[in-house]
Amino acid sequence: MTAPTPSQTVGPFFGFALPFENDALATAVDSPDATRVEGQVFDGDSEPVGDALLEAFQGDQFARCRTDGEGAFHFTVHKPPVSDGAPYLNITVFARGLLRHLHTRMYFPDEDRANRVDRVLGLVAESRRHTLIARRDGENLRFDVRLQGESETVFFAL
Amino acid sequence: MNTLDYEPPYLHPDYRSTELRAPKHEPVVLPDEWFHNVPGPVFGRIPVRDEDADLTRQHRGEPLGERIIITGRVLDSDGQPVRKTLVEVWQANAAGRYVDSADDHPAPLDSNFTGAGRALTDQDGFYRFVTVKPGAYPWRNHLNAWRPAHVHFSLFGPSLASRLVTQMYFPGDPLIPLDPILSSIPDPRGRELLIARLDLDTTVPDWALGYRWDIVLRGGRATPSDA
Repeated sequence: MTAPTPSQTVGPFFGFALPFENDALATAVDSPDATRVEGQVFDGDSEPVGDALLEAFQGDQFARCRTDGEGAFHFTVHKPPVSDGAPYLNITVFARGLLRHLHTRMYFPDEDRANRVDRVLGLVAESRRHTLIARRDGENLRFDVRLQGESETVFFAL
Repeated sequence: MNTLDYEPPYLHPDYRSTELRAPKHEPVVLPDEWFHNVPGPVFGRIPVRDEDADLTRQHRGEPLGERIIITGRVLDSDGQPVRKTLVEVWQANAAGRYVDSADDHPAPLDSNFTGAGRALTDQDGFYRFVTVKPGAYPWRNHLNAWRPAHVHFSLFGPSLASRLVTQMYFPGDPLIPLDPILSSIPDPRGRELLIARLDLDTTVPDWALGYRWDIVLRGGRATPSDA
């Protein structure tokens, strides 16, 4: 077994390199089940994190979005099919000040029954589970990421 | 082998930006089989053109600075090559200035250098970039904070666990021991893994110095049947 290469922060200056055309679109905007997910990333002072990069993926879907000055990001996704448990997207968070990236998951608010029996959600303290479930916001879904503080998002260790 | 000491912690007060961004809760640990075998992102939508691997040929003229070649192998924890995986790089120019609009360091931009590249590893896991050696630059972490010259790397690999974003440093750089970001790695042997070596086999005589830097991604050989 060879030691894995250690992680380092993505730093603040990736915005000219990592974004790509239509990077936030994991699925076609005009596909019938396309859903827009919007959110913001906040730090421990509840200030927006304007230099984060998020990736959302599951199955054949992959999207990348850099946050703007308001810490805001968005993805266009469809709800992934599941064979077991509740549907979710993997979300990876990179930023200046994160020496390693963070892993979390976004679950869907209209899957109450599946969410209640999902094995991964079941490992999370009930009081924190809500941080992993997007909320309905008109036509869109809303999913904020709080790196610290009250309602800190649940992150997973590999 | 405790590889944990090779990974930086989230909170490292010497690197001030970690203070408000490091999560305070312990991460929720999932059983290996639920997470380690989760396939990684399908990165095929990210465009990779042949010219993306030569950062000195992306503009009308050649960039200023010391032309270099950076090459190495991407391996998994079993030492097996990671084939056809995406490697993204980005860096400051030879004067220590990023093209990024957020960089206000008063060093000159170079109209012949963007500093971003992409390549896929070959059948043996090799990547190769031609670029110029980046300059050191100041940052506001503390008085007289200067980052050692470095190139940022982003790699995918086959699984969720293999995703890696890191930085490559240059051998003999006197700023290395002073850098709170590299020093966040607890074990000095872990820090060594981020320092390339000068490699005369990679060097092209009368043209460019070569540096060799191998990268090991977490996780063993991709076993789709386990996924």
